[in-house]
Amino acid sequence: MTTHRAPARDSQNQAPAGAAQTCGEAAPTPRTGQLTHTLGRADFDLITAWIAPGDRVLDLGCGDGTLLKHLIETRGVHGWGVEIDDATVLAAIRNGINVIQGNLEKGLDEFADQAFDHVVLSRTLQTVRHTEGILREMLRVGREAVVSFPNFAYWKNLRSVLEGRMPVSEDLPYQWYDSPNVRFFTLLDFEDLCDRTGLVIRERHVLDEEGNLVENDVNFLGSLAVYRLTLNR
Amino acid sequence: MPGQSVGVVESQRAHFDQPLHLRSGSVLPAYDLVYETYGTLNAARSNAILVCHALSGHHHVAGHYVDQPNNVGWWDNIVGPGRPLDTDRFFIVGVNNLGGCHGSTGPSSLNPATGKPWGAAFPMVAVIDWVHAQARLADHLGIESWAAVMGGSLGGMQALRWSITYPERVRSAIVIAAAPKLSAQNIAFNDVARQAILTDPDFHGGNYYEYGTRPVRGLRLARMLGHITYLSDDQMGEKFGRELRNSAFSFGFGVEFEVESYLRHQGDKFAGHFDANTYLLMTKALDYFDPAREDNGNLTATMARSKANFLIVSFSTDWRFSPARSKEMVAALLASGRDVSYAEIGLNFGHDSFLMDDAHYHGVIDAFLRNIKP
Repeated sequence: MTTHRAPARDSQNQAPAGAAQTCGEAAPTPRTGQLTHTLGRADFDLITAWIAPGDRVLDLGCGDGTLLKHLIETRGVHGWGVEIDDATVLAAIRNGINVIQGNLEKGLDEFADQAFDHVVLSRTLQTVRHTEGILREMLRVGREAVVSFPNFAYWKNLRSVLEGRMPVSEDLPYQWYDSPNVRFFTLLDFEDLCDRTGLVIRERHVLDEEGNLVENDVNFLGSLAVYRLTLNR
Repeated sequence: MPGQSVGVVESQRAHFDQPLHLRSGSVLPAYDLVYETYGTLNAARSNAILVCHALSGHHHVAGHYVDQPNNVGWWDNIVGPGRPLDTDRFFIVGVNNLGGCHGSTGPSSLNPATGKPWGAAFPMVAVIDWVHAQARLADHLGIESWAAVMGGSLGGMQALRWSITYPERVRSAIVIAAAPKLSAQNIAFNDVARQAILTDPDFHGGNYYEYGTRPVRGLRLARMLGHITYLSDDQMGEKFGRELRNSAFSFGFGVEFEVESYLRHQGDKFAGHFDANTYLLMTKALDYFDPAREDNGNLTATMARSKANFLIVSFSTDWRFSPARSKEMVAALLASGRDVSYAEIGLNFGHDSFLMDDAHYHGVIDAFLRNIKP
């Protein structure tokens, strides 16, 4: 498996979390295989807003550490990342980020119970085979989990399938043959799983492909969902 | 690896008069340390890196001597202008540890009290004793705190010990292919090696210098055994397989398989120059190493005393100190909230991987050191 996050478009348009965003940019081109993240991704801004200054943050599938670096600079967090890929671990170390090389499929054995305020899994859940396992582990080692993932039921994805093609979009930027994604699910599916496994959804934000907040008919109009979860204790 | 060697180097000697109280309770009244330095200590004295050596290492980390062009330092491939331990940025210090046989005071040195070699009378030294002695060398060089203390294997254990015992003096620690303590299996291998030396008739209770002899046979066996544990099964398979020196079996006990030839050569080479008493002391220092003992085995509590930014590195094929052993240190550092990065390098050379010139491995060290502000 891989923990690479999907690459995101460049955006000059960083709206504060919760505010509606507009984006007049041309349609982005997916950059398959590129690892470097781009600051200003809408889910980064939402995640940042949920994290308090000085929090201890664990970023699973941290890539080159862009999100952690952002959180350190804007929130003064104490952060660590987990990444599996050699080149990406190297990039994160070069960025001065605490990174632990490891495989999310094997759990989070190195991390003690409730060692973190927030455990983040940004655009990575769909690449993990043991979905329930990683969610359980996140809330074992952390007080809160922050999870973002692409919504397979986004209307453009559905249209693509109806037209006979697997979807390729801003949030699903891979071809079917080179995708690291192994799980395809929707907001409704994910919320069913939360319900069944005792995960409490504290907050949810849904974004369209341009990074605008979606308020209505989210399972159809949302391309990316960001959840804030705790355990039902 | 790009970059250059440091070129011609010289070793230096420092004498210390202040008695050193050792972990064992013994006291070393005075001692010498030989060391080498590469690069220039900056005005703020903030760019120094200490490189600690492993079982059979010494102070000659990099470069060569003017009259010995082939005597190249044991970690030359990582030190020099443009290399990860960049001598254009850092002041690198290598030191031969107490009990060594390369110039620092050890069992083969003359005991001033008797005028004869110390031999069996040389006190047992522990990793913490080396660290205290190195701290005095740091004082001697005017280095208040190290930009980094680093090493592989037993050298990594010294870096770990530094970070615990002198937290204010270590800003970064790079711990490579090490463990927070030895396993029963590790100790068992060390004891077989020691038994080979101790039972050699030429050992004379450690005072063989007086008999004009050396326990070469025992030391050779010890090194052959050790060498097996430094290599990976895969690597030995690839390098030697079941290759024979001649095409057919000879049905005797001479050298037949290539692996036998290799091991015997390694054993002979080592036994020809290394001191058996030093080998005994170094393996005991390994066995005793267990800093968490001070905290009833709670490594997290031990690591909480450190203040350094850590880089822990392991190698996938190292079965002497496997990645799982490095992860014990990582887990303790994480649980105590320390800054730590961990890389598991896929190299095929077993424990010896830490000495290899590999672009990714050296890239990780380089990336970490580039974030150190001297």
